[in-house]
Amino acid sequence: MASEVNTDFLQDKKLDSIAADILRPVGITQGFVVWMGFLGVSLMGCIYAYYIQWDKGLIVTGLRDYISWGMYIANFVFFVATSLVGMLISSVLGLIGFKWVKPIARIAEIIAVAFAAVAGLVIVSDMGRPERLANVILHGRIQSPIIWDVTVVTTYLTISILLYFLPLIPDLAISKGRMNHTPKWLQNMYEVLSVKWQHTPEQYRLLLKAIRILLILIIPTAFAIHTVTSWLFAVTLRPGWDSTIFGPYFLAGAFVAGSAAVVIVMYFIRSNYKLDKYLTNHHFDMMGKLLVLVSIVYLYFNINEYLVPSYKMKTAEAIHLHDLFVGEYALMFWSVQLLGLVLPIILLLFSFFRKPFSMLVISIVVLIAAWFKRFLIVVPTQDHPFLPMQYVPKAWMVYQPTIIETAITVGTLLLVIIIITILVKFFPVIPIWEMAEEQHELDHKSQK
Amino acid sequence: MSQNSKDASHDHDHPGHDSTNSRRDFFKNFGLFGAVAAAGGAAVYTGYKYEETKPGANFVRVLTADNRIIEVPKEGFKDIKVDLNQLQKQGREGLKGHRFVMVIDLAKCRNARKCITACQGAHHLRPHEYHINTLVMQESENTAPYFMPKPCQHCDNPPCVAVCPVDATFKRQDGIVLIDNERCIGCRFCIAACPYSARLFHWEEPLVVEADKGTPYNIELNVPQRKGTISKCLFSSDRLREGKLPYCVSACPNGVYYFGDENQDSVTNGTTKETFRLSELLKVNAGYQLMPELGTKPRVYYLPAKNRLFEFKEDKDPVQSI
Repeated sequence: MASEVNTDFLQDKKLDSIAADILRPVGITQGFVVWMGFLGVSLMGCIYAYYIQWDKGLIVTGLRDYISWGMYIANFVFFVATSLVGMLISSVLGLIGFKWVKPIARIAEIIAVAFAAVAGLVIVSDMGRPERLANVILHGRIQSPIIWDVTVVTTYLTISILLYFLPLIPDLAISKGRMNHTPKWLQNMYEVLSVKWQHTPEQYRLLLKAIRILLILIIPTAFAIHTVTSWLFAVTLRPGWDSTIFGPYFLAGAFVAGSAAVVIVMYFIRSNYKLDKYLTNHHFDMMGKLLVLVSIVYLYFNINEYLVPSYKMKTAEAIHLHDLFVGEYALMFWSVQLLGLVLPIILLLFSFFRKPFSMLVISIVVLIAAWFKRFLIVVPTQDHPFLPMQYVPKAWMVYQPTIIETAITVGTLLLVIIIITILVKFFPVIPIWEMAEEQHELDHKSQK
Repeated sequence: MSQNSKDASHDHDHPGHDSTNSRRDFFKNFGLFGAVAAAGGAAVYTGYKYEETKPGANFVRVLTADNRIIEVPKEGFKDIKVDLNQLQKQGREGLKGHRFVMVIDLAKCRNARKCITACQGAHHLRPHEYHINTLVMQESENTAPYFMPKPCQHCDNPPCVAVCPVDATFKRQDGIVLIDNERCIGCRFCIAACPYSARLFHWEEPLVVEADKGTPYNIELNVPQRKGTISKCLFSSDRLREGKLPYCVSACPNGVYYFGDENQDSVTNGTTKETFRLSELLKVNAGYQLMPELGTKPRVYYLPAKNRLFEFKEDKDPVQSI
């Protein structure tokens, strides 16, 4: 990333056309109203489901004393995982100097913000006493990984919001005066949010410096957030969770889920907003390669995580692994591993499958598999406690998610989609100034 | 197998908790009670000095902390209303100078489940909500099955306490692990962490709600129970405060349980009320702990199911018997 911005691009004619392209979809359209209406009404139903849970207690879920963490916790892990892609794309790839990530960096940050913000709510939905949430701060004990998790998730969310907002400021300033097709309040909001940006070289210098610091800060934060999330399991004594590689294993999996999510959002933005010029086939091709890379790393960790204990077959581990490989969870396990990991790796090795539409299909499969993978990490381990389950109702020994539980989980997903929709609909989804600057540089070079 | 080490019961330096204890020993054992008595005694003592002159006053005898019996007028008495703050304070502090232990003799357990019902009655629990449960155990195919009562192990290195984010579950100086349902946020991390499945969660409104209304929460009894919070075995610390044996220990008809104080090296059988040397009992009977390899350091010891006092009759299906 350059440390200085040549502000000549502001005089370049190309800026007008780029801004026009990117700002065209911004604002309220009929499609947006219908889509948000649909999401809003569905969310109402899910909120009602949560009201029932609030009223009756967690008895309305399929959770009981033995399997006491289920869908909510799996969903939480999934959300935290998916949000990590913000760090991977804008920070790791950006700092290394890959130019192709520029137009998708903001999409990655949007995903990071949306998933990280709702992850906190997911955890609250799992609490027996959500009204006592403040106890975590009032009586927090530093020994508990939950406290670490709360600390790093809020830190990550804060940095992600800043990494979304700071590069947006010049765009908001550029957009002023080009937004005649949008409602007045949105223009006013741009006015306020652009914080009197003047496009001076000094401002750009400071902005780049701030972004650079944040990009560096977010790397350890992102590592911490998912490593600590994995420790919620790894610090226990239970077979299946009692593993030393859970941190990197979760991180690798997070990049798989996140990359798939970015591809899905990219695809819909490209097709709905007609932004083929900016989100090109090349970008999908590169995302495909990235997905292969992170998937192979994840596969490597999977092999470690399952092969080593299954070679030894310690009694308790053996019961757990038997359940996954050939038992109750075999279908889910092999679907996730083969369809969600092995097959995508094989397909994406061929450039034929790294085209936008096939990338979309593969990414949807990968993302769904990623959700079930979290379920497989969280639930089966609790199925076999050290001491036998006896003298309890049959229903206590198996975990069967209920409709209410599912509705609440769907509700959190809807909330993520709502946040993403609002951010991509009300603000420029591709960095205008970065695109214009890049174009200007390019033209300049070719003229020479 | 437990006819040995009877001499412990005659050892006056190490009295147990049986009913034959003298009052003096009783208060000596429970210094905290002594402290309360001292405070109360001091308060009424001045009143007593004043009332002494009044003729015909109605006197009551009170034992002070330094073992003096004094007389105080009845009018000087004031009932101390035990409020939540005091219960919380004493409950978190624990009983000074004690290290409570339990010994479970598996040779004697025939799954009468009297311990369970007594416990559930005291703690207002449903039949399938266990602070203590009896499990049918079998180490491997060729070994004999046996019944194993399983309370909270009150580990000295408790995984549940380590992971609790809000200090709702904690370890007291007397070795007991308690749960504060005034504090608990219901995250269930402790359930995930406990290898002994010793904890229960109130998924719905607890069994008793109306009758417990207005009762101040007693952390040592965990009553009133509360929806959305954890409950667990408390070693009946409310009973220990009164110098009594835990509910399960007293209720057992078969002499399975011994309970006592590691510091005094003595445990008392809940059924026979005989007191034994803890170290001797464990040594002679090859006492062991549950899954010591996990490093939890349990405070509950088991004596192996050797020379059983009865024929093992397994429940047809322990799963369905509820």
